[in-house]
Amino acid sequence: MEYEAVIGLEVHVQLKTESKMFTTARQGFGASPNTYTDPVIMGLPGALPVMNLQAIEQSVRVGLICDSEIPEFCKWDRKNYFYPDSAKNYQITQYDQPICVGGELEVELTGPSRNVMGEHRKVKLTRAHLEEDVGKLTHFERDSLVDYNRAGTPLLEIVTEPDIRSSEEAVAFLQSLRMHLTAAGISDCDMEKGQMRCDANVSLRPKGSDVLNTRTEMKNLNSISGVKNAIESEIRRQYRVYQKGGTIVQETRRWDADSGMTQSMRGKEDAHDYRYFPDPDLMPVRLPREKVESLRAELPERVFDQQRRYQEQYDFPYTLTSVICFDFELSRFFETAMASYGKNPKALANYIANDLQRERAQSEQDGLLPIIDVKMQPAQLADLVRLVDEGVVAKHNAREVFIEMFNTGRDPEPIIKEKGLADDGDDGDLEAICKDAIAGNAKAAEEFRGGQAKAINSFMGPIMKASKGKANPQKVREMLEKLLSE
Amino acid sequence: MSENAHMDVDYVARLARIELSAEEKERFSGQLDRILEYFEKLNALDVSGVEPMAHAMPLYNVWREDEAEMGFAPEEALANAPAQRDNQIIVPKVVDDA
Amino acid sequence: MPEALYQQTATELQQGLQEGAFKSVDIVRSLLERIDAVDGDIGAYLHIDKADALAQAEAADARRAGGKALSDWDGVPISLKDAIAVKGQPLTCASRMLENFVSPYDSTVASKLKDAGCVLLGRLNMDEFAMGSSTENSAVKPTLNPWNKECIPGGSSGGSAASVAALECPWSLGSDTGGSIRQPASHCGVVGIKPTYGRVSRWGLAAFASSLDQIGPLARSVEDAAALLELISGKDNRDSTSVPEPVPAFRKALGQPVKGLKVGLPKQYFDNSEGLDPEVREAVMAAARHFESEGCELVEVDLPHADLAVPVYYIVATAEASSNLGRYDGVRYGYRSANASDAIDLYYKSRGEGFGEEVKRRIMLGTYVLSSGYYDAYYLKAQKARSLIRSDFAKAFEQVDVLLAPTAPTPAFRRGENTEDPLAMYLADIFTIPANLAGIPGISLPCGFSKSGLPIGFQLLGKSFDEASLLRFASNFEAAHSFARQSPEL
Ligand SMILES: [Mg+2]
Ligand SMILES: [Zn+2]
Repeated sequence: MEYEAVIGLEVHVQLKTESKMFTTARQGFGASPNTYTDPVIMGLPGALPVMNLQAIEQSVRVGLICDSEIPEFCKWDRKNYFYPDSAKNYQITQYDQPICVGGELEVELTGPSRNVMGEHRKVKLTRAHLEEDVGKLTHFERDSLVDYNRAGTPLLEIVTEPDIRSSEEAVAFLQSLRMHLTAAGISDCDMEKGQMRCDANVSLRPKGSDVLNTRTEMKNLNSISGVKNAIESEIRRQYRVYQKGGTIVQETRRWDADSGMTQSMRGKEDAHDYRYFPDPDLMPVRLPREKVESLRAELPERVFDQQRRYQEQYDFPYTLTSVICFDFELSRFFETAMASYGKNPKALANYIANDLQRERAQSEQDGLLPIIDVKMQPAQLADLVRLVDEGVVAKHNAREVFIEMFNTGRDPEPIIKEKGLADDGDDGDLEAICKDAIAGNAKAAEEFRGGQAKAINSFMGPIMKASKGKANPQKVREMLEKLLSE
Repeated sequence: MSENAHMDVDYVARLARIELSAEEKERFSGQLDRILEYFEKLNALDVSGVEPMAHAMPLYNVWREDEAEMGFAPEEALANAPAQRDNQIIVPKVVDDA
Repeated sequence: MPEALYQQTATELQQGLQEGAFKSVDIVRSLLERIDAVDGDIGAYLHIDKADALAQAEAADARRAGGKALSDWDGVPISLKDAIAVKGQPLTCASRMLENFVSPYDSTVASKLKDAGCVLLGRLNMDEFAMGSSTENSAVKPTLNPWNKECIPGGSSGGSAASVAALECPWSLGSDTGGSIRQPASHCGVVGIKPTYGRVSRWGLAAFASSLDQIGPLARSVEDAAALLELISGKDNRDSTSVPEPVPAFRKALGQPVKGLKVGLPKQYFDNSEGLDPEVREAVMAAARHFESEGCELVEVDLPHADLAVPVYYIVATAEASSNLGRYDGVRYGYRSANASDAIDLYYKSRGEGFGEEVKRRIMLGTYVLSSGYYDAYYLKAQKARSLIRSDFAKAFEQVDVLLAPTAPTPAFRRGENTEDPLAMYLADIFTIPANLAGIPGISLPCGFSKSGLPIGFQLLGKSFDEASLLRFASNFEAAHSFARQSPEL
């Protein structure tokens, strides 16, 4: 029998805020242990929660990006369970009335090659609810240590419908979610820093059927490859069980990246009796509709909408759009430069996708120089493109100018002057240099006159050398053609 | 509710993470069942159409701006900790809860 | 007159300080001597740092001498129930669980008192985590009733009431979840106010039941109680349940005429309850007749769901408590069992060993009513019944200005009398619980003594945020009967 996988994801995303979800203690990654705490975070007697408006707004933005319903009313509940990473032994979360209901997110599946667009589809969401993160436990041989820095970080749990059919789709979903959330400044979604964490529910069913069979929940998927490998491994495991006529038990399984296997963690989730009830310390939220609408108005363009627009409006090839649009920092750089000049989008985009990325890679040991540290401003790049378009600097010389701009953050014009790269339109020397070149390679001249157009290229190197790179290739070509046909 | 008016003391004590002695279990069981029986006064009450009341005062949107303040220094946070090492709290080994 | 300083009310002390008749250190020394003399018997205090109290008083005196008094109350001492956090002072909730806990932060009420310059004298005994009506559930020691040491002082703020009655401090703060200020005030013959829910910040009050808890004053005069309520009231950004209502100058309500106003007598509180002691009924009816003689109209009112208050309360309160007390687990602070084999075992043993019986019983009850399969039948139903109780009061206040009722069904009962029967103990709160469920304010004040010499109190209940009316009526009664200024022989 042929099977298909039925996959649902629960993605926890840490929201970008200054302070925690329910108190003013600072939040962030990488501080030394227990430096981001206060009476609320330590669960001291008498401490009380007060909600962070920014976290609520960030959550609404996620809902708006995903076309979710933003109910007028949502409230806070307590999920009671004991674990040392939880300071109160309950988590404040949203049980039956979450901040976002339903919705869908567009994803792009991997295409046949890097240069060809993959299939697009929409993954349906069940809900998204806001809650607080827990602290961090480090296990040692004989004991464990608890650090509460992470505790109380605003966390949005995004739950998909069992609407995903393969590990590739799951990965595409996470990538799309990351692109959209980083673009809107909602989260950094860095899985290595635990800012995005994923649980996957997996079951199998005969292909074409619409039954929902017993599922297992995979936890601890803390990288994209972990998500992919764990789902594939679990699909294979369930397939083997069904092949042998066995049954799947509902359980939580932990992905072990080292062994590449999932292993059972504990019995069925239903054994947990969380005693949810409305949190008496926190008042419910009635989101004013004007607030929701003003958040909607401020949202950035959705990534795939922007990509389609670039393809149509600017006639960009797919590869260029996927480099620019899938990285909000590049697309923001492009948009700003475009707003400054208003012409030649393709040249701007190519400088960003090629030159800027190349220089960022060269100036950082590992990865890319963060965009915030790039000295060159988008308007300066726009200026450079304008100067090329106006013939002030030859295109082949602009690269040198670009590198200097990148390294120093200076404007292009003084650099062009200083380096003497201005295209001054004086062709006197050029004719002499070209004549010398023709005289120096009679064979190529003969070939060209005999109809081999490509032979002209043989003169280019010596001419460039003789002109110290200043010669404009277009003009050289024209000059050569004129001299050779004389 | 009448047939429910009995508490599985072992199960509830496990949920509440409280170890009870055999003697406590027996005493509590009788006392708590009697209290649950008394709660049956609520049985006869018709609450159809009545909204549950989770708060004494009907307030909404009690939120704050996202501004961080200095909280505890680690020494303050851990001042009452029963056991600590490297500015973290020591707990006995965590084994998965069945 | 002149009375010893320990005998004076806070208002009298404040006047003396302003006139320069004595200093704050004189007051604190007088109180410390008094405490040394009587508290060995009464057991109202759990902790006093004498040197620190005197240092606070000296600082207050220096401020006043330099013309920089923080308020009229600068240098006036006060003691707090041991559930209210003061930075650097113990916060034990009279529990083994917190026996070595020192609060690293201030409650909002403590900050306000510090800002006014009050000397935070000591920590007062209570039922463990405020669970009880007799202060017999303190893990440290019981507090005895200053009027009769065979009897309980009431609870859970028993130490707060007894310390004021025994002249061990001029006024104090307690907390009231189901009557825990009013009932001990009644049993000890002092004035106690449970403010409207949301009037006083709960930040720094170790929670028993979040939707019911309120901090409030206990004092020997209505004026003191009103002044203390002014000091601690107001919207607090650290407490999401705190209500942005303006705080009136409560003392302005004192002495205002009551003529022509309507006093409601809830018929269920007088007719139905077989538990109502005839002596109590008589004293409370006499108080009602006082208001009639002052030109008030007495109106019988109906609170049809009154008999459901106790079950509703014990479901809601224990449910919230079972979750609020989850944090006491031996991990970050507090009692940690030395016998645990792993982290999970640490919970079972620390909580099993660290909590007293009544606390364990209530956590069990609250855990049960929230657990899978029982939530709808108990917790959800109780929340709905709570709505009905609140609307009973709303309807009553369409007819009358205040309600008058007994505070407790009997005078203080004998120690040990109800300790084996938790349900009987729960029924002792039958008249005070409804105000907490509805969120409305209440004041208890003394209205006589039983034949055996125990104080009897009555309570006035008002509309939400209408503490001023309660104070107006209470001051009118007090002007004619000065029961609260009588003190037991000690
Ligand atoms: Mg989940
Ligand atoms: Zn979650």
